[in-house]
Amino acid sequence: MNRKLTGVFANEREILAVTADCREQGYEIVDVYTPYPVHGIDRAMGLSPSRITFVCFALTLLGATLKLWFQTWTSAVSWPVNIGGKPLHSLPAFVPVTFEAAILCGALGTVLVLLIRSGLFPWSKPRLPAPGVTDDRFVLAIRQTNPDLPPDLAERLLRDHGAIEIREDRGEEES
Amino acid sequence: MSESSAALRPPLVDGNRRPGEVTQDISHSLEGRPSWLWWVGLGLSSSLLALGIAAVSYTLAKGIGTWGLNRTVGWGFDITNFVFWIGIGHAGTLISAVLFLFRQHWRTAVNRSAEAMTIFAVMCAGLFPLIHMGRPWLAYFVFPYPNFRGPLWINFRSALCWDVFAVATYFLVSLTFWYIGMVPDLATLRDRASSGLKHRLYSWLSLGWNGSARVWLRYETVYLLLAGLATPLVFSVHTIVSMDFATAILPGWHTTIFPPYFVAGAIFSGLAMVLTLMLVARKVMRLENYITARHVGSMCKLIIGTGGIVAMAYSTEFFIAWYSGNPYEQFVFMNRALGPFSWAYWTMVGCNVLTPQLFWFKKIRSNLVLVFILSIFINIGMWFERFVIIVTSLHRDFLPSSWNTYIPTKIEVATLLGSFGLFFTLFLLFCRFLPVISMSEIKGVLHHGRPHDGGGR
Repeated sequence: MNRKLTGVFANEREILAVTADCREQGYEIVDVYTPYPVHGIDRAMGLSPSRITFVCFALTLLGATLKLWFQTWTSAVSWPVNIGGKPLHSLPAFVPVTFEAAILCGALGTVLVLLIRSGLFPWSKPRLPAPGVTDDRFVLAIRQTNPDLPPDLAERLLRDHGAIEIREDRGEEES
Repeated sequence: MSESSAALRPPLVDGNRRPGEVTQDISHSLEGRPSWLWWVGLGLSSSLLALGIAAVSYTLAKGIGTWGLNRTVGWGFDITNFVFWIGIGHAGTLISAVLFLFRQHWRTAVNRSAEAMTIFAVMCAGLFPLIHMGRPWLAYFVFPYPNFRGPLWINFRSALCWDVFAVATYFLVSLTFWYIGMVPDLATLRDRASSGLKHRLYSWLSLGWNGSARVWLRYETVYLLLAGLATPLVFSVHTIVSMDFATAILPGWHTTIFPPYFVAGAIFSGLAMVLTLMLVARKVMRLENYITARHVGSMCKLIIGTGGIVAMAYSTEFFIAWYSGNPYEQFVFMNRALGPFSWAYWTMVGCNVLTPQLFWFKKIRSNLVLVFILSIFINIGMWFERFVIIVTSLHRDFLPSSWNTYIPTKIEVATLLGSFGLFFTLFLLFCRFLPVISMSEIKGVLHHGRPHDGGGR
């Protein structure tokens, strides 16, 4: 059993309610598409918080470590130069550049991870579930894998929550 | 939508707009023909830019002897302009990152253009140290790269080296923050563009965005992280710029007050520039429903606050000069207020200390023409602040025999005007080709179809 339904809605309140309801009834939420980030949709879909914060933390630490090592190596090991009698390994003077490198590595690295993880590349073709989803339409895509659910329940749920348009794919082209 | 909670706070967007109308309003100015006002603005700013290009080309051909600098006053217009432009950028990051962390929802209407302002201002700023080098084709010497001279590395203990890293990081992070924030809106424009080059360009830039909630969740996390990283970054950048001065032994520069003093001054000047630009953009691009009197009022209040810190810093400097008992320090400050550059000092005090006090009056805050004029006064005052710090400290240093004066040449004035040309040309092109207001963020703060009050939480 692999039945896919898409419902188009006109506002945030409806998409939140219908997503929570469909999940409760046992449908698999394929995805929700919204023109702006709808707060609470992650809870309605049952998504766990993004783990990208840990990636960011690790990258920031990496940037700081590498830059601090590089400054120490260039100033004290590779080509030591006595500048104004300052110690070769002058840690306090290395703090500003270390800090900047940490921020740079953390910020650019995190964005790169976001783009790769979400498949956002300049050559990506947008797969829009319905026209207007980047304007003012909210779309819910669900899949029925459980054959015990009544056949008309999904459509009724979507319609009861105010769907403007409902589409159904029964084909096997769905992966 | 609950009527009772909506009444508690005034709405962030006037005219009771719906999401579809927001798209329409903001995309409209990019799709039609530009107004005659836009053409006039572009004509003026690109002429200034051409003047600047001519002046810089002349400087490059002849060397920096074309400037009014001398052995005593080694930093003049060039570094004044650098610090001025870097400071302008700081308000953009304050609005986009710091106010985001503080959950100030009114920022949504102005953050996109404020961030654009940051990027263009940092571009203008970067230009000045570059041409000040005299041989800008060797500018890559400031970065550590493997070479056959030892390898000889840059001096990481120098404040000027810190500056290179701070400004480069600031530019790259601001650019990324701006672009990532724009991706959903570029997708909206892509889906509105019928076909041809415009559609191809917007598709390429919007990275195949389709509004998936899974991506939104990750995207919002990254946006918050970027705001969290940009906040300490913005404070560090002007702190490091101030260290260019504070690590020197020159009286008038060698003070511990410089980092907070410079950061507050930067945000103060930047907010004035945001006001100047916003008041023009809202008229030219017909965005009166989005950039409302409430936004202008909030920024005026921020100006009172940061202006207060700046005034406090001016008086602290004088107090410490007297209290230190150091005759050189005392002389520098007396020379600032009463010496040959006293006109610049009192212009600075008039514009930066007295002007913001007018914003205490609600009548003045809500008179947009007056706010526009006062914001320009603050811009002038903050330019003079940097001029006063740099030139008055340098021109009469320890030995009276080496005292000198500084008179800028026409080339330097033309370069300054050229940087304004570059800034406004880029800003006008931005208004024309990219969404000036973040549509996806504005839709998220409307009162339309939301289960709870979407106003200022």
